[in-house]
Amino acid sequence: MSLLHSYVKVRARERGRALPRATVRHVHLAEAPMVFVPLRLAGEAAAPLGAMVGTDPARPTLLVVPQPRNRDLRFQFLADLGAVLLPYVDRISRQVETVEAKTPFERCLDAPQIVVPSPGGVEFTAKLGRSSRFRRTTGPYAVDPAVPMLGRWLTFLAEQSEFAGSSLMVAMTDLLTAHWVTGQSAAEDGDLAALLGWIDPPEGLTGPEAAALADDPLNPPAGPDTHPEFDRQELQKAIEHYDATGSTGQVEEALHGQLRPTWDRMWQAIGLLAALKESPGATARWERDRVHVALHRAWIDGGGLPQGKRDSAVAAAKRLARLEAAQQSFEATRAFDDPLVMAEYRADGVAFAGEVVAVDLTRRIVPPGGKREVPRPLVTIETSDPVRLSKGKKVRSPSRPRQSATITSLSDRTVTVQIDDGMGRGAQPAEGSVPGVGTVICYTELDPGESRRAPLPPREETPWTHGGPPPEYVPTDDDAAEPWA
Amino acid sequence: MTRPESRLDAIRGNTPGQDHNARSIAALAANPACDRRAILDAAAIDKPRLMRRLRFDDRWGQSPFAIQRNQQFTDLVKANGAAHLLRLLRTLLDLPIEEAGYVNLEDAGGNEGHAARHGHTRRIIRQTAEGRGRATILDRPLLRLDVAGAQVYLEPDVIAFQLGGMFHIVAIKSFAIVDDQADTPKVSAAAREAAVYVHALRDLVGRDLVSHDVILVCPRDFTNEPTATTVDVRHQLVTLARQLSRLTRIDAILDRLPENLSLDLDALSPAQIEAAVAAIPARYAPQCLSACELSHLCRREAHDLGHLDALGRVVRDDLGGIESVQTALRVATPGEPVADDQAEIAERLRHVARLYDEAVA
Repeated sequence: MSLLHSYVKVRARERGRALPRATVRHVHLAEAPMVFVPLRLAGEAAAPLGAMVGTDPARPTLLVVPQPRNRDLRFQFLADLGAVLLPYVDRISRQVETVEAKTPFERCLDAPQIVVPSPGGVEFTAKLGRSSRFRRTTGPYAVDPAVPMLGRWLTFLAEQSEFAGSSLMVAMTDLLTAHWVTGQSAAEDGDLAALLGWIDPPEGLTGPEAAALADDPLNPPAGPDTHPEFDRQELQKAIEHYDATGSTGQVEEALHGQLRPTWDRMWQAIGLLAALKESPGATARWERDRVHVALHRAWIDGGGLPQGKRDSAVAAAKRLARLEAAQQSFEATRAFDDPLVMAEYRADGVAFAGEVVAVDLTRRIVPPGGKREVPRPLVTIETSDPVRLSKGKKVRSPSRPRQSATITSLSDRTVTVQIDDGMGRGAQPAEGSVPGVGTVICYTELDPGESRRAPLPPREETPWTHGGPPPEYVPTDDDAAEPWA
Repeated sequence: MTRPESRLDAIRGNTPGQDHNARSIAALAANPACDRRAILDAAAIDKPRLMRRLRFDDRWGQSPFAIQRNQQFTDLVKANGAAHLLRLLRTLLDLPIEEAGYVNLEDAGGNEGHAARHGHTRRIIRQTAEGRGRATILDRPLLRLDVAGAQVYLEPDVIAFQLGGMFHIVAIKSFAIVDDQADTPKVSAAAREAAVYVHALRDLVGRDLVSHDVILVCPRDFTNEPTATTVDVRHQLVTLARQLSRLTRIDAILDRLPENLSLDLDALSPAQIEAAVAAIPARYAPQCLSACELSHLCRREAHDLGHLDALGRVVRDDLGGIESVQTALRVATPGEPVADDQAEIAERLRHVARLYDEAVA
């Protein structure tokens, strides 16, 4: 959050309509995203109630659990969900290319993309994954073979969604708030219907009017939790009707009524996002997503075990380092790709932009630790931004992302930077390698490059401070037989 | 000068009052500057009922499935003289208890008033504290708390466990602990509520006799099997005590209100109720939406007045010193006159306004 963001919120409130927060789309949209709107039974950790799922806006698949307390029916639901999701994942993840590199690696040609309404949907997906990936397909409590496989993929997708910028599994409210600013609070933006009301209100309504309509409790929530009144007045009766007659019709009808409005909103939102041009960073991150899918595919095909319940110490530390690197790189890339995002950093003083007013091309110094003089030209930029960077800070420019520079002096309205590299091998900087007088340029401390990762020991050398080397994880019969009440 | 209690009773009129519970105290402490909530709670006004009379939809109901699940789980833990609970306490606290007495404090004999029931709870708890050595489970004690100068009773939805004169609060919750991890917001909410009970019980038996470790009992993984863990609520206790002490004294708020203010829900028309509520100043923030039954009413009011608070804490802090949407946009416009104390924020806002316009152009 930044002062700019707060200011735009105020403006959106006054205008009665959301305002753009980005000029390009910072997420990849798959050609055929799989929209997944799950519902859960109130008061339960992972009891599915129903879901609407599919890749065709006009033809959603409705899945219901007519008696959510019945264990067999829950597994039937997961098997049915697997019958929709697994062919989709398999078809896409089996088309693999080999990327030529120092160590060649595999990458899927495309990747699956699951879109859920809210972060709550991602969490619920993770819970569904956890409750199904250890199931056995033989012996006591046997389940359909699709169930554990679905559990492994759901777990994988939910885990990937924690990495900033991954597009494999995304929550729609997160995507929308990253691209638009509404005139309501962050908590209220968590409601898909209200959020869309601000961004794309129906004909003749203002944003707040549309959001107020969405706020009506009779309007079905986006899940995974249902409205208590719906539970009391419709669902309970429908389930009782199923118990008495064995007919699923009433439950299906009730849940369809709850799911369909959210389903339609999901596609409306996808349409809004699709109208934005994709940023280069989003395309690059999708390439990495495709590598991760290929790796997981290979792990499963090679007979690898399902994901453990908890990370070992080394795995947890590695994961944390990767999460942090992804976050840093995502934030920087977004700003480099989009002047509107960069404006938030300029408002907060960690980036500045302006016209180059002076250039000293002839300056040569002996760098610290060096022996020979090298060119280190100085570029002075006039800016009205409230710069909060200090002398000695390494900076980069979105228009020259591969060149690094260092701030050497600051005055009231000017900043002077020393260009450190990217000038060729000659005694003088190569033509065009240094920004000239009159150029408008932006510099920032953000660095889109992946920072160097901290060296971590292999698992067999886990230090005693972290419990020593952990035993190899093997799923037990206990895991498979875990009652699911 | 009338006593606050009689003034509050007069405000409520003949409509029956509503009990406090730990959740409402925790919510009250979360927004200590809100006079409206303080008065309505101290006067025990039935807030859901008030909102229904003003034709706001009821959103505070619980799903029958959640109620049922909660009840089922609580019954399971309490069954057979709380056998499950004792087993968990043995392993968790390493207690050498073979058996424990079980006292249900809910029935004080007939349908007595709060004061009588609370008196019964006090007697039993004192006796229990003295009867050292013998473990006792006290189910549903009615505790009392001093909130902003008014005595409020806490809805008895808790168990206290006593051993060796030391009391522990036991919170039974039906959210699952999956792979030793539970949903953080749910655990924090449970800890805040339990802290209210610890605080109230300490008022009764003394600070040193009530442990700051509360025992949280939840279903394990996806099963119905109870598991227990201790949660240290020292932090929540300090926060609660500080916020309770910061609550404006009820008598001071009452002095600022119209002399004959009434919120008698049975006697007044919706328009009169609305006017009476509007006479008590509120301090709406979006966090209220998840904590207070009145929030939708206050939100509408805040937006009508263009309050910046309604856009969230971040916006309010970023635009420090500016109260309303209109003022913010005015000072952000070059050439508009600006008060001295807003000169700095005005300059920054004009800069971001220019940045934004350039970037979207």
